[in-house]
Amino acid sequence: MSNKGKEIPPLFWESGLQIKPVYEQSDVEQSGGFASVGQPGEFPFTRGIHPEMYRRRPWTMRQYSGFGTAAETHERFLWLIKNGQTGLNVAFDLPTQCGLDSDDDMAEGEIGRVGMAVDTLADMEEAFDGIDLNEITVSLTINGSAVAIMAMYFAMARKRGFDLASLRGNSQNDILKEFIGRGTWIFPVEPSIRLVGDTMEFCAANVPRYSPVSVCGYHIRESGANPAQEMAYGLAIACAYVEHALERGLQIDPVAAGITFNFDIHGNLWEQVAKFRAGRRLWARILSEKYGAKDRRGLRLRMIAGGGGGGLTIQQPENNIVRGAYYALASALSGTQTMALCSYDEAYTIPSEKAAKLSLRTMQILMHETGLCDTVDPLAGSWFVESTTNQMEKRILEIMDELDKQGGIVKAVAEGRVQAAVNAQAYEMEKKIQSGEFKKVGVNCFEEEEKEREVEFHPYRENEAAKQRERLDRVRSRRDGDKVRQALEAVRTAAGGSENVMPSIMDAVETYASVGEVCGVLKDVFGNYREPVRF
Amino acid sequence: MAKPIRVLIAKPGLDGHDVGAKLVCRALMNEGMEVVYTGLRQSPQAIAKAAEEEAVDVLGLSILSGAHLPLCRKVAAEIGKRQLAQLLWLVGGNIPRRDHEELKKMGVAGVFPTDTSFEALAQFIRERVQS
Repeated sequence: MSNKGKEIPPLFWESGLQIKPVYEQSDVEQSGGFASVGQPGEFPFTRGIHPEMYRRRPWTMRQYSGFGTAAETHERFLWLIKNGQTGLNVAFDLPTQCGLDSDDDMAEGEIGRVGMAVDTLADMEEAFDGIDLNEITVSLTINGSAVAIMAMYFAMARKRGFDLASLRGNSQNDILKEFIGRGTWIFPVEPSIRLVGDTMEFCAANVPRYSPVSVCGYHIRESGANPAQEMAYGLAIACAYVEHALERGLQIDPVAAGITFNFDIHGNLWEQVAKFRAGRRLWARILSEKYGAKDRRGLRLRMIAGGGGGGLTIQQPENNIVRGAYYALASALSGTQTMALCSYDEAYTIPSEKAAKLSLRTMQILMHETGLCDTVDPLAGSWFVESTTNQMEKRILEIMDELDKQGGIVKAVAEGRVQAAVNAQAYEMEKKIQSGEFKKVGVNCFEEEEKEREVEFHPYRENEAAKQRERLDRVRSRRDGDKVRQALEAVRTAAGGSENVMPSIMDAVETYASVGEVCGVLKDVFGNYREPVRF
Repeated sequence: MAKPIRVLIAKPGLDGHDVGAKLVCRALMNEGMEVVYTGLRQSPQAIAKAAEEEAVDVLGLSILSGAHLPLCRKVAAEIGKRQLAQLLWLVGGNIPRRDHEELKKMGVAGVFPTDTSFEALAQFIRERVQS
């Protein structure tokens, strides 16, 4: 086949950038020049947040894991640590994430299915038994019910003698993105943001080295946003939390230092690299220019860049092993602090032990065998990479400006506008995949006739669910009912006024009040979120 | 002119994956059908009630958490109580093939995995609903 003589068709990235077949120095100059590239570890951090990046500090490997009861999750944690994982990223089951106890009607069939079931502090204690919380940083993937789960984690750490003042780790606790994608919201938008603010304030005062919020462009991308939208919505959400915290009288530097990020890595490799390099310097600039942040610690966009679930396919699942390796490469080339990788079976189930280990090995091979840690930001100075980084920065800013014109991200989310825009984008992409315009191997090209797919599904065990309900019954029967009631009333009072809810929730979970009881009180005060349906 | 086919797309249980459900809503709207979407976290009772009140021809459940069997058992009971026998009941999402038979025994007319094309879904509905 020869294309000789024919003009090559124009090429666009998902984010809309038009890509030239050849880049020259003049392209960098026309797109904004080299001035913003700077030095690694220095403002605006385009080349990374540390001067020597992976030479001094390779990325943390933190696979998302958790299932069944706390006891089973505890075993999986120990196994991951034994296999060289350096952090823990805790998955909670849907009832826990939605603020329901295991004996709630809506919890039936969901207990321990997609993560660990947590009803009370007793579960948290069992899950982390014997794990050194100073050695292993723990990330809690919790949002709607974050106030209860964070309180349980802190209470557990304190009971075991860890000093909260030096405790590290982070919670996801990004409720705005839950309204856009992922969907584990509980309360209406405004009180939900207030609760995030309560955790920020509580951590700034009591757990200063802990990151209370990890802003997730990730799930917005997984819901259909393109990479520029992912970064733009993510940064806009982070700004919303910052502004809320400043309104409460918090100082910008500690607030900025408490915010980390979570981004996606599937798609065009170069587009991800440009997204991350541009996003890093944009965040540093926004914090410094708009909010007057000065402390270097907070100006640096620290992130987990991982996952990539949206790029995986249910067809020919082993192809996902190869995809995962390329996604991890994109993440490493983007200067991430933490990496996690979706496992090859994750398009249809929670990962088997074999698949989870392969993901971990993929990242380890990348770190130890390929030379990716040899030098900082190896792509810097490429005319192509610097031009597209400049262009991506402009594109992200344009999307953020559009949002501002619509009245800001909080309003746009409350009205369902962001959700509709993201879904419209997802629809266009799905049509391109179904028509073959956007190629996916094994899906719309190089397909194979498949008989029953030979995949191993993570089993649901009703007996484990029953055990969890019995455990909750046992905890309830042994605790001091009067103390629990008083503690929950204190939560109600705090929530109804303007007092920070975290101290009273800490007290409540220490009496072994459950996630469902704490969230139930908050629902009484705040009401339930009603989803705006808009197409 | 023929009356358009009416469809209710619902998300039962706690699963928050709604990309697929919303894509199907858009696709069926573009096929000229009238589509109602429940939003997330609906109880089986609320779904059957909505199907009756909205007088839909088709009920599509989207489930990706793996809890399709217990959820569909409850929905089947609710559909039975309301005597919605003429309803074309479909389930889509992350449903392993070995569970298809059991879903069909409950009254599910078609199971649509995540790789179903919009066209195939619309055609399946048209062939079975008189409009």
